[in-house]
Amino acid sequence: MAKTLHETPSVTKGRDVTATQTKTPESPKELREMSSGRGAAGDRIFSGAALAAGVLILVALVAVAVFLVVQALPAFVAPQSQIANGQGFWPYIFPLVVGTVIAAAIALLIATPISIGVALFISHYAPRRLAQILGYVIDLLAAIPSVIFGAWGISFLAPALVPGYTWLSNALGWIPIFAGPPSATGKTLLTASIVLAVMVIPIITSVCREIFLQTPKLHEEAALALGATRWEMIRMTVLPFARPGIISAVMLGLGRALGETMAVALVLSSGPLIASLIRSGNQTIAAEIALNFPEASGLSLNTLIAAGLVLFLFTLAVNILARWVISRHKEFSGAN
Amino acid sequence: MTAIATSGRRSALTRNRLPRYAPWASLAVGLIVGAALSTLVGFSLFGWGLFAAIVYTLVYVSWSGAVEGGRKARDKLATSLVIGAFIIVVLPLFSVIWTVLEGGIKGFLTPGFLNTSMNGVSGIQDNMSVNTGGRVLGGIYHAIIGTLLITLWATVISVPIGLLTSIYLVEYGEGRRLARAITLFVDVMTGIPSIVAGLFAAALFATIFGPGTETGFVASIALTVLMIPVVVRSSEEMLRIVPNELREAAYALGVRKWRTILMVVIPTAISGIASGITLAIARVIGETAPILLTAGFATKINFNVFSDWMASLPTYIYFQILNPASPSNPGPSIQRAWGAALVLIIFVMVLNLVARLVARIFAPKTGR
Repeated sequence: MAKTLHETPSVTKGRDVTATQTKTPESPKELREMSSGRGAAGDRIFSGAALAAGVLILVALVAVAVFLVVQALPAFVAPQSQIANGQGFWPYIFPLVVGTVIAAAIALLIATPISIGVALFISHYAPRRLAQILGYVIDLLAAIPSVIFGAWGISFLAPALVPGYTWLSNALGWIPIFAGPPSATGKTLLTASIVLAVMVIPIITSVCREIFLQTPKLHEEAALALGATRWEMIRMTVLPFARPGIISAVMLGLGRALGETMAVALVLSSGPLIASLIRSGNQTIAAEIALNFPEASGLSLNTLIAAGLVLFLFTLAVNILARWVISRHKEFSGAN
Repeated sequence: MTAIATSGRRSALTRNRLPRYAPWASLAVGLIVGAALSTLVGFSLFGWGLFAAIVYTLVYVSWSGAVEGGRKARDKLATSLVIGAFIIVVLPLFSVIWTVLEGGIKGFLTPGFLNTSMNGVSGIQDNMSVNTGGRVLGGIYHAIIGTLLITLWATVISVPIGLLTSIYLVEYGEGRRLARAITLFVDVMTGIPSIVAGLFAAALFATIFGPGTETGFVASIALTVLMIPVVVRSSEEMLRIVPNELREAAYALGVRKWRTILMVVIPTAISGIASGITLAIARVIGETAPILLTAGFATKINFNVFSDWMASLPTYIYFQILNPASPSNPGPSIQRAWGAALVLIIFVMVLNLVARLVARIFAPKTGR
């Protein structure tokens, strides 16, 4: 009993002693419990179970890595002429990685400024009552399943963007990323990126909003008292305070955008890697896996799992980078 | 900040300020010029809105810059941009909801949609219903059953593990290396792409039971990998805000630690924990990719998660859109897909509302 108390850091040393000294049981029931060994066993069992659950999580993550590696191994060791129609693994995976990165990068390029704007609107511009409702709506939208965004992208957004793509290829066709002829269905990488952006906006927004709201009120009031306009106040107090939080929110969105499958699988009419964003073509890792997995078997299955392993390592690197950024700015921020 | 400018007379304090009608005047100019500009390039409501917003911002900000000076103008520009960002976000999100409602209501109201499966429904029936105008056959009963069972199993597995882990982190692990490692790994797990979780479950069962093992339970394992970190994070947060005084009071009465946790700490935090778990369920119920890789493609009703393929609402939507039952007449399949999307959105919304209500109703009464 005393030992467990000592382990509880919240109990200060002085109080600890009094606690052990004054443990006079109030009721007969508690007396019985304290004198018998049953309670002690309960303590051991309970802490053991909690520990076991924690260790199980470690084991699970290691298992994820191990099983992916084991199942992916044949794709690395087999003769490269048998993989992906004789392409070999690395030439097969490279365009997919590039496509994934491009799609996620465009999505974040669109989503980040908009999300910060919306988060600022909710935290510092909108009337309080409206802000509460809006925060709730944003949370709700973050919960909409990705397959529904994909279905919306293919049935509404892609056809709606076709005139825009035609205009882009006419006006800006000399830039390689807008080179024509544009896709007639609108099922392009740019459409997929826009759908991804719509999907990650609620995520980035809700994290940013939380952090903006944590800005010390005194800082804001001090800025206003010195005569700052609202925008100057935000620039001088809110944004510096929230910078690491914004970075981690964006990284969270990046992780989501990199691994997002359904939206891309449904929206993009895939093909080989090309520079133009408004022609059908390009592909991402996750969508490639989803589209080919049901029919895959044997070595092609191993190849897809190897592609998944690459995606896993990629998102892992992004996440660790995000953690590192946050831990560097931990003292003065709302990110922790 | 605008409170100073309340008096009608122009005092020294209000000298270099825009008149109060300035935003409305700018908006009127924006709407008119925007209409003209959008007619030039081919009128559309979207183009009108876009041009009007740009012209409004230009007029308002430059007017402010001329009268009030650069700082105020920059402030107004920021305000316009922030509000603009908000409008840009609202549009697609409402469009998503509207598309689902518009497309889904017809399929949803078709008799038999909710209580029949796709067993025996093929392109022949779809072609017939298009040609004769009869009602669209086939429904989502099997997919609803699959979604509920797969999610139920995932919840049954991940809630105890997640809750116990968060208890370990908060009550036992304080400052230990293992606890830090678990926190790090949970963070890493949060970032696992859902399709990788599906690949993991598929690879795990393929290694143990041979390749091609695709059942509802494999999908549950995949969802568990996604759900555990969410449960751990939200429960941990809730357990941490339980005041230490409560624990100390229990210890002072001689209550053992495990009973303190079970009888004092968890009841205090239960509303937050329950709402966190509900949100975690809402997150995994819409996951498509892991189920796609692990549960196969079923058209029949299957109540057994341990054998045979299983359908689910998200994969149902996916397959109906990507592989319509009748490639020449995809209409009925699209209608079914939107109906299923509507049902799925209703599930998610209800779970979110329940989470909110649980958090509010069962919140512990604080004396403050």
